[in-house]
Amino acid sequence: MRGATHAKWAALATAVALAATACGGGDDSGGGGGADGIVTSSWGDPQNPLEPANTNEVQGGKVLSMIFRGLKYYDPKTGEAKDMLAEKIETTDSTNFTITVKDGWTFSNGEAVTAKSFVDAWNYGAHLKNNQKNAYFFGQIEGYDKVHPDTGEPTAETMSGLKVTGPQTFTVKLTQKFSTWPITLGYAAFSPLPKAFYDDHAAWLSKPVGNGPYTIDSYTKGSEMALKRWDGYPGTDKAQNGGITLKVYTDNNTAYTDLTAGNLDLVDDIPAAQLKNVSADLGDRYINVPAGIIQTLAFPFYDAAWNKPGQEKLRQGISMAIDRNQITETIFQKTRTPAVDWTSPVLGEEGGFKDVCGDFCKYDAAEAKKLVAEGGGIPGGTMKISYNADTGSHKEWVDAVCNSINRALGNDNACVGNPIGTFADYRNQVTTQKLKGPFRAGWQMDYPLIQNFLQPLYYTNASSNDGKYTNPEFDKLVDQANAESDIPKAVGLFQQAEGILRDDMGAVPLWYQNGSAGYSERVSNVTLNPFSVPVYEQIKVN
Amino acid sequence: MGRYVIRRLLQMIPVFFGATLLIFLMVNVMGDPIAGLCGDRQCDPATAAQLEKEFGLDKPVWQQYLTYMGNVFTGDFGTAFNGQEVTELMASAFPVTIRLTIVAIFFEIVIGISLGVLTGLKRGHPIDTSVLLLTLIVISIPTFVTGLILQLLLGVEWGWIKPAVSSDAPLNELIVPGLVLASVSLAYVTRLTRTSIAENKRADYVRTAVAKGLPRHRVITRHLLRNSLIPVVTFIGTDVGALMGGAIVTERIFNIHGVGYQLYQGILRQNTQTVVGFVTVLVLVFLVANLLVDLLYAVLDPRIRYA
Repeated sequence: MRGATHAKWAALATAVALAATACGGGDDSGGGGGADGIVTSSWGDPQNPLEPANTNEVQGGKVLSMIFRGLKYYDPKTGEAKDMLAEKIETTDSTNFTITVKDGWTFSNGEAVTAKSFVDAWNYGAHLKNNQKNAYFFGQIEGYDKVHPDTGEPTAETMSGLKVTGPQTFTVKLTQKFSTWPITLGYAAFSPLPKAFYDDHAAWLSKPVGNGPYTIDSYTKGSEMALKRWDGYPGTDKAQNGGITLKVYTDNNTAYTDLTAGNLDLVDDIPAAQLKNVSADLGDRYINVPAGIIQTLAFPFYDAAWNKPGQEKLRQGISMAIDRNQITETIFQKTRTPAVDWTSPVLGEEGGFKDVCGDFCKYDAAEAKKLVAEGGGIPGGTMKISYNADTGSHKEWVDAVCNSINRALGNDNACVGNPIGTFADYRNQVTTQKLKGPFRAGWQMDYPLIQNFLQPLYYTNASSNDGKYTNPEFDKLVDQANAESDIPKAVGLFQQAEGILRDDMGAVPLWYQNGSAGYSERVSNVTLNPFSVPVYEQIKVN
Repeated sequence: MGRYVIRRLLQMIPVFFGATLLIFLMVNVMGDPIAGLCGDRQCDPATAAQLEKEFGLDKPVWQQYLTYMGNVFTGDFGTAFNGQEVTELMASAFPVTIRLTIVAIFFEIVIGISLGVLTGLKRGHPIDTSVLLLTLIVISIPTFVTGLILQLLLGVEWGWIKPAVSSDAPLNELIVPGLVLASVSLAYVTRLTRTSIAENKRADYVRTAVAKGLPRHRVITRHLLRNSLIPVVTFIGTDVGALMGGAIVTERIFNIHGVGYQLYQGILRQNTQTVVGFVTVLVLVFLVANLLVDLLYAVLDPRIRYA
């Protein structure tokens, strides 16, 4: 029985090995409790270097929200833009703005935040040679076309519309009237930058320095970032915990598993597969609140087959053939809310959220069938809904939408899904107008303004108008709204523009996306802001 | 022997270029990397053009390939989209994956070969039957199922291990992931060893060894096992490359930031530099592992000579 001994040894070795790992369980939450406790949170590897004007995705945005404060700050509950570093922002004509920066603010390296900190940062963000992906945020400022021409080399180093007029004051001149422009200034791209940013760029990137409630303690790219509370922070929204440790997870399922095993305090993206269990696992430590994200179905207006007169009825019919209630309940477990307009509930009624879509967004099979027929039927007999199959589990809902349309129209070939392998390929086909049918479109707001939900998406040739929708009436109303200095009146004009979008059915609103998060028993006071990012500084460690 | 090694090394050159060119072309046909880089919102054309220029994407593919290979030979693997040097990514990813692979290979050798010897010697015995059945089960269950079940049971239900490996990935945290990664190969190693042992048990040299009156353990380890290991060594050798490249699933489940993770991110973000760089290194690992296996034959069986 010599052989048997070998097997025994192997089994024993495995058992010992397993036991050796056992001691590691659940003792790594780090830090003490109370005000100095450290919160561990899930994170994804940011796609771009962490620079305010270069971060256009949510993972990098999370860090910026902790280490930067701008002129404005969006209230985590209401989304209202409040003054943060801005002492006052004055204008008489909605084109020329005079901005006064509060005194006494510093970056965490001790450098004072002055008017120059803003002007230099904005000029840097806008300049073509710096490759900043959010450069177009400065597009309304006069002189942008000189530092960031559509073709060719820049002919200026700075924007002529930005002038420092005093240590704490500067003026901004826009190219056209934009009354709600100050509200956009809470966006991270408008953050001030310290001198260290320009002096030693590589060093700054490896450990960014900002002026927010946290400072970066250590940053291991691709795996972990430890943020510590900055005790010298002059703002009113001081951190209620000792710091946040962001851990990169390759898969949000693993992050969720780690949360349930007690190794992680906060997961801000509950994986779709776990939505069924989340109430049982977490109880009231599961958060599911509306965020400023809307999913729509865009149409290829650049394709002659989809751009004939009278086809608005076809598009309205397609919209009415989609059973939003059923899909959001069964596929999304109520983490989506059926859409009734093209904006988001986080705007609130004052901000312009209103049931504009009406019956066109309600499921009515008979009416849908009638409208589609009146609109000339589906071009080519079958429409393909394109989506990227690599992330975001889009396949499930696209199939469900198609089933719903097919059922309503009584035609099994009316709609099929058209998966595209990677996100990059999908975006490539979208931006080069290769798609021959409707395609999924999502929009996450940059700032809580109705303008942000309409202009970039449906204004003629706007930056994210991927379907090339165009209507002069719509454009005119948007221009009027931007020029209107009375905010409620401006919102009303935007809503009128939205009415035109509805009559054309420029895109089918599907549902509003909720932010979903879960947290451990170690922490409390966890909330998500309207951008579905956790309000880290308010989290308390028990 | 020396000439054989040189010939083999020369053969590697076309394989290396062919493989990297293929990967380069495959990544390039997947779509426009810049479109993926900019996310849901299109980059404005000027910025996109500027980025293309910076990453050299505005040139024809063949020229990109030549420039890339030229740089590789000077040790420059380019820059990932997040601004990190690819060599920097490699320096953080490869040690982790190598550790994981070592753990996996260790399990393959220790458990696989012992079980194989045991069952090979006891053919038809209940132990043999049950091990065979067990390996069949292991082979038929996909790695991600084994991984997720072990993670759930050991990590969440019983709390023996941490469900996610920490960023330093020390050896003790890699034991379960290593076992999961090794599981299927382990079953094959068991079966290969078993067949080989069973076959050679009746070989003349074994009979001679027994007739000489050698102790049983010496017959088994020095004569029987040594000769039976040739196919097993071949398998394990090629498996080194396969494990390193194939760790994507295991690394994802256990949150290990190794080669699989970097490759997955690279493919998702369509980062040519990362994907081609990592695959190039993997191709080299594969080639070297194969060469070592072939050289090991001579050690195991002196009758095999290389001219």
